[in-house]
Amino acid sequence: MSVIAFYILTVLCIFSALMVVFSKKPVHSVLYTIFCFFNIAGHFLLLNAQFLAIVHIIVYAGAIMVLFLFTIMFLNLNAEVEPHKSNLLKVAAVVCGGLLLLILVSCLKGAENIPVNPMLDTQMGMVKNLGMVLYNEYMLPFEMLSILFLSAMVGAVLLGKKETK
Amino acid sequence: MDSLIVLLIPLLPLIGFIISGTLNKQANHTLINGLTCGSVFVSFLLSVILFYQLQSGSAPISYKLLNWIYVGALKLDLSFTVDALSSIMLLIITGIGFLIHVYSTGYMHDEPDYARFFSYLNLFVFFMLLLVMGNNFVVMFVGWEGVGLCSYLLIGFWFKNNAYNDAAKKAFVMNRIGDLGFLIGMFLILNKFGSLNYQTVFDLASHAATNDPTITVICICLFIGALGKSAQIPLYTWLPDAMAGPTPVSALIHAATMVTAGIYMIVRTNVLYTLSPDAGFLVAVMGVATALFAATIGLKQNDIKKVLAYSTVSQLGYMFAALGVGAYETGMFHVITHAFFKALLFLCAGSVIHAMSGEQDIRSMGGLRKKLPITHITFFIGTLAISGFPPFSGFFSKDEILAKVHEYNGGFMLFTILAITSVITAFYMFRLYWLTFWGNFRGNSHQASHLHESPKSITIPLILLAVFAASAGLIGLPHLFHAPHLLNNFLAPVIINAPTLEASASFEIALIVVSLIVLALVTYITYQIYVAKARIPVADADEKGISKWVANKYYIDELYNALITQPLQAVSTFANNYIEKYVIDGTVNSFRWLTNTGSLLIRQIQTGSIGLYIFGIVIGIICMFVFKFYLA
Amino acid sequence: MNIISEVGINSYLWLAAILFSIGVMGVLFRRNAIIILMCIELMLNAVNILFVAFSVMHNNPAGQIMVFFIMAVAAAEVAVGLAILILMYRNMGSVDIDTMKKLKW
Repeated sequence: MSVIAFYILTVLCIFSALMVVFSKKPVHSVLYTIFCFFNIAGHFLLLNAQFLAIVHIIVYAGAIMVLFLFTIMFLNLNAEVEPHKSNLLKVAAVVCGGLLLLILVSCLKGAENIPVNPMLDTQMGMVKNLGMVLYNEYMLPFEMLSILFLSAMVGAVLLGKKETK
Repeated sequence: MDSLIVLLIPLLPLIGFIISGTLNKQANHTLINGLTCGSVFVSFLLSVILFYQLQSGSAPISYKLLNWIYVGALKLDLSFTVDALSSIMLLIITGIGFLIHVYSTGYMHDEPDYARFFSYLNLFVFFMLLLVMGNNFVVMFVGWEGVGLCSYLLIGFWFKNNAYNDAAKKAFVMNRIGDLGFLIGMFLILNKFGSLNYQTVFDLASHAATNDPTITVICICLFIGALGKSAQIPLYTWLPDAMAGPTPVSALIHAATMVTAGIYMIVRTNVLYTLSPDAGFLVAVMGVATALFAATIGLKQNDIKKVLAYSTVSQLGYMFAALGVGAYETGMFHVITHAFFKALLFLCAGSVIHAMSGEQDIRSMGGLRKKLPITHITFFIGTLAISGFPPFSGFFSKDEILAKVHEYNGGFMLFTILAITSVITAFYMFRLYWLTFWGNFRGNSHQASHLHESPKSITIPLILLAVFAASAGLIGLPHLFHAPHLLNNFLAPVIINAPTLEASASFEIALIVVSLIVLALVTYITYQIYVAKARIPVADADEKGISKWVANKYYIDELYNALITQPLQAVSTFANNYIEKYVIDGTVNSFRWLTNTGSLLIRQIQTGSIGLYIFGIVIGIICMFVFKFYLA
Repeated sequence: MNIISEVGINSYLWLAAILFSIGVMGVLFRRNAIIILMCIELMLNAVNILFVAFSVMHNNPAGQIMVFFIMAVAAAEVAVGLAILILMYRNMGSVDIDTMKKLKW
């Protein structure tokens, strides 16, 4: 059952990722991205990482992608304004991406399928469990993260502000 | 206390140099006199104190200023040692140096660059003291180079005259050739004995085998250094040209002190030379050859200072002859007496030139004895001393040299040449004396009206030097008189293992008698020629035959010019025109071209297009994967 | 039952490699800076999947914490990146990366 779910999710994930790249309209790209992120959240659920799955949907699909959408609409980019690259560049881009995939695959090909203990701790991905780790071992990085956000926020506001002359 | 004195002796002239060197041209003469003369005088007094301590049997006095060069096994200190030998040199340098400082206050009175002159003189005294006081070869070398520098600065003191500058450069370059020999000698010593400290080297050397080839090479290298500094064949040509400097400089540097540095060095390293009779023989032969050669040139010179310059070269040759046969004390003896009478002669010449308003040609002089009585008397004493009339100082030292050379195994030939040279010396000195002070005045009327005896600051040093030139011989009486040889006894601790050469009393008597007769004869003949018959040397252009050769100094300068200077210039012209232009500049320019073209090419990659940059990043990542997984 | 023991960790590796390559290809393919940013998000998520998969495989929560941090950083990055894009659009009237060619000599 879960194996079938894994494959469905994988196919949808890859399909939507491709559509992100090849859609003509930016808004469609955004929507496919959101779809792709939902699929990834599904993968997280399959892996018993429930907390991350929810956070993924909230942060990525809920916040980040809305930001993207908002920007696109704000800039009125929905129309197909993007002048196309030359075909040569497109071919080069596909070849390059394919080459990278080829290399990655060929690097991974020799890797053995390490047998995993099938009985794993199903509670590990729960909020309580992760919270214990986050607020004990990763306290300092977590607090640093707030500073990062603060500075990002200040930077974004500063950049987005209209210049007053 | 003693070590403080040792430190102060060189320090005072250095302080004098620094202060007077920073004063400007308008500085008060009295201040400069007080500073520079005073510092040297105090150094002299301190040297006298040290001398008496050593005289009363004190051990050599050392003072270590600082650890200087500590590299690996090499440990060099900047330290001073005053032993008998250094002490004598100290007395000469500071004593005669002080008299010449006093003399200069009169002689250079109208010089606009008064402060500069005195600062150079003090600097010279400082370096000379460093040279003789150091207790290792490197300190000596520093002093050695320093006096060379001061010599350069003072010869070219009137730097607006290009000929003087050339003379200064010549002196410097000739000295460099010798210095190279000295340096190589030092390296060889370091290699052989593992140290450059006198005490260590000499202790090791006194156990070394005689005729060790390395030691012979060391001795020859050091001797090359001495050849340059002490103006011996083949490196002597700078000294006559060095007369371009002010006369006190000629007296101090180029007669009394600096040129004897080579002799000092060989006496200092006498242990090595005793071990190498071959090197000693070479020293003796070169000394004798120089003595004769320079004396013959002196016969035909008409410039009062040039005559004295060649005489200096010749007398230095005597000293080397003495050193070469192993009579180190005798060499030092002649250094002492020579310092007195040659400084005296030069200062007298300065006084004459001063009176003659700068005229140096003896053909324009004559009859000066009436106008310059003190100069005349003192010059006469100097002439007698250098010619070797008893009981003047030159007689004792020169006869001792002759006697020692005669006793040297196989030295009869050398002895004969030296004896002939001493006759020639007397001849040209009396020629100079008669032509300058006797006969009728031959200068122009302006000079005649201007003739006057020099001021006291000039005459007093002359009188003092004359007293010493007359009496200095008493420190080294021959055995004949059954008096102790004071100098030899004093120097005994410094001279180690030297062979003993003792002339028999009958030989000494014969030598005295013969030299007296010959000298009297020479005096009479020269008097006849230059006073009674009033024969004046002909103009340079009228010289013929051999005398033309001699008057032109055997064309040695021209020979050097043709053999060394011209080919060198040809090579450097070639290098300048071709190697510099095509090889050096070509290389540099081709690098410029490479960078320029290369950057023009590589700059094309930087398009500013972000898309291409991302391509580059991805291809780079791919390459890294390939390298990591397939090539590494 | 554990999903990793059923499909194997290698399946996740393939998935991540493919997603990452698609992201890279998108960055190369498109000229619209906003879509390039989205492709970067895709690449980040490819890595996220691997982190979670290995975290589960090794029974170690650190991997999931790392994903959490990546999400946070990505959010910050997107906020600033989009602000820059707005500024760029305001100044140049386009978010086409080919219009930005001043970054050279």
